[in-house]
Amino acid sequence: MLKISDLYVAYGGIEAVKGISLEVPDGAIVTLIGANGAGKSTTLRTICGLVKPKSGSISYLGEEITNVPTEQLVKKGITLVPEGRRVFPDLTVEENLKIGAYLRSGEDLTEDFKWIYDLFPRLKERSWQPAGTLSGGEQQMLAVGRALMGHPKLMMMDEPSLGLAPLVVQGIFDIIKEVHKQGVTILLIEQNANMALRIADYGYVLETGVITMDNTGAALLSNEEVRAAYLGKKRK
Amino acid sequence: MSLTTILQHCLTGISLGGAYALIAIGYTMVYGILRLINFAHGEIFMMAGYFMIFSMASIPWFISVPLVTAATIILGVAIERAAYKPLRTAPRMSIMISAIGVSYLLQNLATYLFTAIPKGYPEIPFLKKIFRIGDLSASLVTFLTPVLTIILVFLLMQLINHTKVGMAMRAVSKDFETSRLMGIKIDTIISITFVIGSALAAIGSILYFTDRMSVTPFSGTLPGLKCFVAAVFGGIGSIPGAVVGGFVIGVVETLLVAMGYSTFSDAFTFLLLIVMLLFRPTGLFGEKSTDKV
Repeated sequence: MLKISDLYVAYGGIEAVKGISLEVPDGAIVTLIGANGAGKSTTLRTICGLVKPKSGSISYLGEEITNVPTEQLVKKGITLVPEGRRVFPDLTVEENLKIGAYLRSGEDLTEDFKWIYDLFPRLKERSWQPAGTLSGGEQQMLAVGRALMGHPKLMMMDEPSLGLAPLVVQGIFDIIKEVHKQGVTILLIEQNANMALRIADYGYVLETGVITMDNTGAALLSNEEVRAAYLGKKRK
Repeated sequence: MSLTTILQHCLTGISLGGAYALIAIGYTMVYGILRLINFAHGEIFMMAGYFMIFSMASIPWFISVPLVTAATIILGVAIERAAYKPLRTAPRMSIMISAIGVSYLLQNLATYLFTAIPKGYPEIPFLKKIFRIGDLSASLVTFLTPVLTIILVFLLMQLINHTKVGMAMRAVSKDFETSRLMGIKIDTIISITFVIGSALAAIGSILYFTDRMSVTPFSGTLPGLKCFVAAVFGGIGSIPGAVVGGFVIGVVETLLVAMGYSTFSDAFTFLLLIVMLLFRPTGLFGEKSTDKV
């Protein structure tokens, strides 16, 4: 579905991503793990057009999308749940969801609201509250719900578990599985490698802008090096 | 001073305040979305005055009013496209300086094209008709200005709070990047903001100059600054704040003149700015960040 080849991204001379290639097959959960500053967020931001790459190509459903503006990518079904959730704090929960369907003008959204509120009953209880008053976990639910309102084919998530309590993190990963079950392809980046690799079909390990390893989620989870570097397990 | 005289001055003040409010909204909306103080806004208002003079020279008022509004909108949006849009990712100070540049450019352009000699402002006959309510008497424009202001502000608030475009404006004013991720075209929303701001400046200009008879290339400077103060006083970024600020400044200024302190009436406005910035920098209805509970 999504194919990146030999992508370079630089911020004013500093290369954050140095020639990565990866593939997200239709209907899969793919994860990109790595430490802070490895280039994970930069990769996602480049895919959705917020950052321009230096070279390399990104294709989506067989179509070249390397320099397509963000708004058009959203229309094509690519969505990003940004790092730190970034809900609109002054808009109500309901408005946040409505704005997720911004490009589907004139369509009846009743069904969609029902769908999202079934998925996240907590949001229904709070539909009239400004989003800024929600807890971190609820904001993450809202960010996911908002992304789903656009009927994405590919949902990219940037550190959805960041800053959330362990119990809430479990809930977020359950949501990711649920969303995936509804037919959305997922590209997930996480520092919480353990959780991410558990639900992922395939994983890539990113280190200082280069992919150093890639394998199925289960294989990476039992890989000695990965365990030592990201899962806090000592080498035997 | 008798009660009638006081009321009479209040009426004049409210009317002036209404025109100020319409201009102040332009400042506050542009600030809300771009975090930019659009120093050229006062000059847009002045140019609208000249547009009206030239338009009314050959066209009747009921065609001139929409025509002038349209021309002012084009000017406002063109300024945004030419002088602000290319600086979208530049530091905020650069775009502010660009705004100051546009302000002087328009002022000098007007001096060059129209000379600095005051040009008489055309009369819209029915606006100058004298009306009486009890002992109060004033031209229709004096009564019309505050009413029209309130109606326009009401419509604007409806637009912002209850339409899709308004929702997008509120979203963009908080977070450009996430708005783009929702598929919102930032540039379109910013242009719409300038369309609204310039249209209100054009209407404000017609109401203001009808009472003042003449336009010079510098006619926009002082009202522009006062309306900026009105916006800061009300809390920059807040539309109701700008309206309240406009009315307060209009009324107090008129009353000071009436009491014989006309020398101090402008000084008052800027004293208000200083006091407000010292004691309540976010203004009356300034943006408060929503806190998590």
